[in-house]
Amino acid sequence: MRPSALVLALLAGLALAFAFIFGHFSGSTATDAERLAANRALVEHYGLTDLALFTEARYTRHPSQADLHSAFQDHPAALEHFPTGSLVSPRSLPLFRDAPLAGKTTSPD
Amino acid sequence: MRPWLEKQLHLIDFTLASLARRKTKNVGLLLAYTLIVFVLASLSLFTHALRSEASYVLAGSPEVILQRMVAGRHDLIPPGYLDKIGRIRGVQKKEGRLWGYYYDPVVNANYTFMARPASEVADGTIMVGSALARERGLAPNNTISFRSYAGKLFGFTVAAVLSPDSELLSADLVLLSESDFRRFFEYPEGHYTDIALSVANPQEVRTVAAKLSAALPDSRPILREEVLRTYQSLFDWREGIVLTVLAGAILAFAILAWEKASGLSAEERREIGILKAIGWETGDVIRMKVWEGLVISLTAFLLGGIAAYVHVFHFGAAVFAPVLKGWSVLYPRFTLVPAVDGLQIATLFFFTVVPYTAAVLVPIWRAAITDPDAVMRA
Repeated sequence: MRPSALVLALLAGLALAFAFIFGHFSGSTATDAERLAANRALVEHYGLTDLALFTEARYTRHPSQADLHSAFQDHPAALEHFPTGSLVSPRSLPLFRDAPLAGKTTSPD
Repeated sequence: MRPWLEKQLHLIDFTLASLARRKTKNVGLLLAYTLIVFVLASLSLFTHALRSEASYVLAGSPEVILQRMVAGRHDLIPPGYLDKIGRIRGVQKKEGRLWGYYYDPVVNANYTFMARPASEVADGTIMVGSALARERGLAPNNTISFRSYAGKLFGFTVAAVLSPDSELLSADLVLLSESDFRRFFEYPEGHYTDIALSVANPQEVRTVAAKLSAALPDSRPILREEVLRTYQSLFDWREGIVLTVLAGAILAFAILAWEKASGLSAEERREIGILKAIGWETGDVIRMKVWEGLVISLTAFLLGGIAAYVHVFHFGAAVFAPVLKGWSVLYPRFTLVPAVDGLQIATLFFFTVVPYTAAVLVPIWRAAITDPDAVMRA
């Protein structure tokens, strides 16, 4: 077998394997779908809001429920001291988040 | 068609022979190239799968959570607060929730304690997440005691361990009855941690939040869409952090690949001169080099991509685990559902295969249009 045919066959084999793996195995199987549905049901039932990825500090355990100023929450000017603080991003807030509420609150801003 | 194909096969044969002459250099390049594709593809597959899973399961979280703020800090919901909300149109259900954190000095880990109705968890019993059970060696019917923040010792019987499949959500969870929760944390009667509201119509959620803010100026409504957005940005951020860490390696590879692809060695230059002198056309020389670029970059892309898939979905992304884990003691074990974004794969292909193949062309074209004699003497 000439080298070019060998290399082309190898590349075609790799491309087929790539397409098969990414095409065929991607997406959820029946077991995966069952597991995801069970997890969603668990979230609904217990009213969970966050993933248990970082359990070391309350604002990394529940980033979606954390104070907006968590980096300084222990005392004024307290710098972040948990390592995952650098891995958990600040909450993304749309600009003028409170705009729809302007003028509607009973107390002055 | 046949002569064209035959010509291409000959060109590839020649290319391979030329690559084999600089075997060590080219094998090294292929390995580095594959490694870079592997790392980038792993990162992209991992964060995409995690992002998809988070947005799927957290879509079941409460539509609105209402926190009370005192001096800008999250505070307890006092008695009567729930009634102040009154009847807001669109709100199907509102319930006070009780949850908090407990630091366990035995394993130096934080647990999330959450109260459930007595119909689900009986007094004196708890249900625990499987990571916690693993760490403390717990099984159903075992007894465990926790020292409360007031210094009293409380004993609980483990009624059940939550499914290991839900570890991503419940690794550190301890579910106990409401009265146990109040006694353990000495929570004042009638107070709650926050309020969960369910809104039937998703279109009305923002209006409900605005009404809540108007009725209770000291409250902070957190919408489900904000929870989902938090996780989207969290994974984007993490992907960015890892990319920043890898930036040095990626740049080093880019320089290596550029150097290899765009700079011709004296030997290669002489080879082109000889080819031209024996009658090869400029087009043939360029075609040969395009094949060289394609063979190297395609092999690296396909090998790196397949390896990344196996790494992320079969070996739990072992390379990224330390970056993910932080210093948490309780870390969930989970397998991700393979979720592949076609656009991500296409982007990776475009940024790895195309630049290398293109970078090969310019110097070759420059050398190929020069007089063979001058090229050989240079």
